[in-house]
Amino acid sequence: MTAATVDAAAPRTARFDVRRLLRYGGLAGLAMVFVAATGMLETFNNRLLIRPILSMGYLILLSAPFVMGYLVGKRTEIEGVETAPRTSADVVLAIVAGLIAGLITALFAALVDTFPGLRGTFPRMGPQMVSLLTFDRGVGIGFLILPAVAAVLGALGVAMHWLSDRLRKALGVGALTVVSTAIFESVVKDVFDWFSTLPRFLYHTAGGLSVVSAIVLFVVAAGASFFLQGRKVPGLGSLTSADTGERRRSSLIAAAVVLVLTIVLPQLLGGVLNELLTNVGLFLLMGLGLNIVVGYAGLLDLGYVAFFAVGAYTMALLTSPLSAVPFQLNWWQAFPIVLLMAALAGVFVGTPVIRMRGDYLAIVTLGFGEIVRYLFLSDWLSPFFGGAQGVRRIPGIPVGSNEIGGSDITQFVYFTLFFVAIAAYISWRLQDSRIGRAWAAMREDEDIAEAVGIDTVKAKLLAFVTGAVLASFAGALFAAKVGTVFAHSFEIIVSIIILVVVIVGGMGNIAGVAVGALVLIGVLGGPNQPGLLQEFGEYKLLVYGALLIFMMLQKPEGLLPSARRARELHQEEYLQDAWLDKEGRFVGQEQEA
Amino acid sequence: MTATTAEAATRVRKSFRPSWVDLFLWAIRIGAIVIIAWGLIGSILNFAAGRGLSATQWRDLIVAALSQGAMYGLLALGYSMVYGVLGFINFAHGEVFMSGAMVGFIAANWLFDAGIWAANPILSLFIVLVVAMLTSTLVAILVERVAYRKLRGAPRLIPLITSIGVSFFLQYTFAALFGVAVRSYPQVPESFRGALNIGGFRIAWSSVLVIVVAILSMIGLWYFVTRTKSGQAMRAVAEDKEIAALMGIDVDRTIVTVFAVGGAMAGVAALMWAILFRGVNFFTGFLPGIKAFTSAVLGGIGNLVGAMGGGVLLGLFEGVGPLLILGGLGIPGVSQLKDVVAFTALVLVLVFRPSGIFGERLGSEDRV
Amino acid sequence: MPLLEIRNLKKSFGGVMAIGGVDLAVEKGEIVSIIGPNGAGKTSLFNVISGIFPPDEGEIIFNGVNIAGHSPSEITKAGIARTFQNVRLFPNLTVLENVKVGQHCRTRRGIWSAIFQTKGYREEERLIEEKAKEILSFFGTRLVGYRFEQPAFVLSYANRRRLEIARAMATEPTLLLLDEPTAGMNPRETAELTELIGKLRSDKGFTVVMIEHDMRVVGEVSDRVVVLDHGVKIAEGTYQEVSTNENVIEAYLGRPTELRKTTTEEQKA
Repeated sequence: MTAATVDAAAPRTARFDVRRLLRYGGLAGLAMVFVAATGMLETFNNRLLIRPILSMGYLILLSAPFVMGYLVGKRTEIEGVETAPRTSADVVLAIVAGLIAGLITALFAALVDTFPGLRGTFPRMGPQMVSLLTFDRGVGIGFLILPAVAAVLGALGVAMHWLSDRLRKALGVGALTVVSTAIFESVVKDVFDWFSTLPRFLYHTAGGLSVVSAIVLFVVAAGASFFLQGRKVPGLGSLTSADTGERRRSSLIAAAVVLVLTIVLPQLLGGVLNELLTNVGLFLLMGLGLNIVVGYAGLLDLGYVAFFAVGAYTMALLTSPLSAVPFQLNWWQAFPIVLLMAALAGVFVGTPVIRMRGDYLAIVTLGFGEIVRYLFLSDWLSPFFGGAQGVRRIPGIPVGSNEIGGSDITQFVYFTLFFVAIAAYISWRLQDSRIGRAWAAMREDEDIAEAVGIDTVKAKLLAFVTGAVLASFAGALFAAKVGTVFAHSFEIIVSIIILVVVIVGGMGNIAGVAVGALVLIGVLGGPNQPGLLQEFGEYKLLVYGALLIFMMLQKPEGLLPSARRARELHQEEYLQDAWLDKEGRFVGQEQEA
Repeated sequence: MTATTAEAATRVRKSFRPSWVDLFLWAIRIGAIVIIAWGLIGSILNFAAGRGLSATQWRDLIVAALSQGAMYGLLALGYSMVYGVLGFINFAHGEVFMSGAMVGFIAANWLFDAGIWAANPILSLFIVLVVAMLTSTLVAILVERVAYRKLRGAPRLIPLITSIGVSFFLQYTFAALFGVAVRSYPQVPESFRGALNIGGFRIAWSSVLVIVVAILSMIGLWYFVTRTKSGQAMRAVAEDKEIAALMGIDVDRTIVTVFAVGGAMAGVAALMWAILFRGVNFFTGFLPGIKAFTSAVLGGIGNLVGAMGGGVLLGLFEGVGPLLILGGLGIPGVSQLKDVVAFTALVLVLVFRPSGIFGERLGSEDRV
Repeated sequence: MPLLEIRNLKKSFGGVMAIGGVDLAVEKGEIVSIIGPNGAGKTSLFNVISGIFPPDEGEIIFNGVNIAGHSPSEITKAGIARTFQNVRLFPNLTVLENVKVGQHCRTRRGIWSAIFQTKGYREEERLIEEKAKEILSFFGTRLVGYRFEQPAFVLSYANRRRLEIARAMATEPTLLLLDEPTAGMNPRETAELTELIGKLRSDKGFTVVMIEHDMRVVGEVSDRVVVLDHGVKIAEGTYQEVSTNENVIEAYLGRPTELRKTTTEEQKA
């Protein structure tokens, strides 16, 4: 179902096929040229994963021929159709395609080397890029290295198919462990502050894993995976199960683990990482809210940031001594008013769009989001909202005699996580409730939902209002955290990133949204907030765009799909198993048929 | 029996039961009308009192708005055609336009450096036009092939979300390739800088050029859609893909044609942008894209002539509206609110007139 | 007073008259069949009664209230439930959930009680579940047990029809509108469903109006048959009366005599 469609057009015989060769080689070559030309190679080269041999930049560049090789060997297995066997022809094809990909990239490097004038238009195409593509070996011999490396990687990629499933999976786990340990360097260092031997063993003093530790990690992780596979470990795997009972049990275990982590983790982490965790929390809050609107009720809201903005501005105006509001409240006093304003905003945005078809609704909400931002930004309303300067000097959250704001980030994290917990609890309770069922029905078929007695106007508004209130949680916290609220924090891209978080994680699933927020905001970063991979900065939005496309094409249900979505998007597979009960026993055909 | 039926008929009450949603919508409607009327009156009073803009300034404003509207119209064609045939909003169409404008800039810059720009302006503009059209067409076709083809028949929102992804991917790819700075096309050649005298009106050459190009493209498109075989195939596919396929039409190829034509029109619009505004960067496509979509809806989505008309109307509304209405209300910083006016137009059009003013032309599959 | 009384109901779509002034009364506890050739306006009549389209003219008095022009959800709440000709379930919800959704308009716990899991909420959820299971058991063993947790799209065609009826029953209607309940079923399934329709009245106390093409079903269960043609009622009565009515035979088979007459008239002219 997934990447196999690439193969669909290919003939089923294993005959050596020039068109296939050119297509694979060309695509991999283009991907490599893209990585180099956009400057990713150069920028990410500063991030060393394994010092001194592998940087993030090379990892991305060289993954292209490897993935290509893997796809060459991949076969779609369709029931009843004979699958072409993998032969040495595939290996040859992968090697030659790798060679071609490398040559294309080398040619590109040569082109850039010959025309230095290109740099005027394409600022990234300079000598630095050329030297990276030639592995610093100079223009002559250097051009030959890349095709050779690409060919080898192509061969390795295709070779994966000759390994047993078990071994292949183990190798994958090993590689993933190495890369993620390298990415999470700062987290590991913070967490194991009390046991500094571990980080000192793992990481090079200048950053990045050392070669030895990388090998050790790989062997340990791959070995563990190899021997543990097939044994039942309660945890993430069963979170995606379509079986309700099993899902609930494993969700409870996961929730307990997460709870313990949230209590302990902020104590172990340093300021920078707690800041990061706070950002993840804020986006998770918004993600949970949008999940109700999009995931539960099926209303694609592209202007969701507006509710975040309303929350933040309301809090700012009510608590800042510099605002136009004649009285000052503290954070707790202002909070109910913030929620009320957000709910009103939800009604105000929700009502005009209530009878609209889904795609127009998306665009109108986008329009609302932008209108709100422009109004906050405008000179016209600047006496009230402060125009481009925004509202300044917003105090923190008063607790006892302290005020907790952005500078007391370790305490602030707990506030954020507390509200995340509330939002998650609300989402969880609503999901299987009467109103949750009504939303699900409406998402499936609006007309029929109305016909079986669901007041869809009311249900839609409820979704908008609930979503808006959850976003205003985030807005209120954000205002207290940053101390200054201005319109640039509420650009449309925020809405889009929240949407990506929800979609990548798994629409309609709380755990999915959490994973989405952790992985995306934590690693890549939010619109204005750096993640663990700070180097991603300027490419973040490019990556978000690509992720959105990739997910929609390959895995629209997300990483951790909700039970309903999983069913929806894999109906065929489900139908094949329809006669088996959950233990896999045959339960027979319809008796009467 | 008949008597009772007749009696019942006379007793029929047209049951009009406004829900509060209706009331809310009416309140917005009336509010919008009041604000517009108030602003208009304010402006007229200002004008009568000799304050604000002079008559010539208003006229220039209108001409500029018209040419901008023509650009929106050409861009709107792309939205309209894709919606008419595939039934989804191609959010990335603004970026197709931007890519034409960016690559066109490279050509223009090269021509300028080589001295051709000054020596032979008409040829230069033509070359830039061809480059922009080719780029936009190519990008549109690629996007269709890579991102949309697999999603045929998916629920409407799935391709929309994908197109949002495509939109951001293209934007930031161009940002990474070209940098984020605004690049300026070289000055329009000397001979185009003046104004043209038409029946006592002096109209800027650039506006005339833009409007003429728009009209020519419109005629070309009309000829293509109604008179050529591919155009007919396009209409057939828009009506019903399955039946069209049964009649021997290659649906995939026809859809590629739709994207190609939409892309080509976006390329023309890119040249117009270059003439009117000169500055381009990776974000150039976003707002015009939104506005062009509004135009497409305003003109009735799927309706090609409507798209052009919608574009001109929106251009006028956006170009003249802020000064006329907001200025009349005495709101400061009007130019800043230009985009608010555009987005408000978007919201109002979609809420109150989603089927457009010239009527929708959709295939049977897309009528909901 | 009849349970449902329709007076001079009219509806046209873009100039095409779908219903041209229909009068109809249904007494409580009746089973009424509506028959007629394709395009006679039967489904349109259902659509107008259930509020999917507002009527152009006329009154629909249900339980003494004119419901013409109300939204479908309000009409469902007033006590009219329906099924659709081309079964329309919520395919990705489970069988049980499909039925639970039907009880939406009979239950009232909102967001707050769900969030705080109040006693009333839990009690109501328990009742909803019990009720849903009870309704599903009306169809014997076909929709119970492991079926509860299966998504609706895996069901066989006949089971989908049954589930749709179950969902309609869950809205606790007094009047049940069934649109071709046996379409696409084999003779055995049809016979079984015919019996069930009888039971809907005798065991559950519903009043039933159904559109049906299978004359055996019509003859077996209906107290009264209404025949529509071109949006107009052309006959009404017991199955025996209607099946011998000349207008009805004409509507189904055409009128050869009249055809001859017109041709002779044309010849004269």
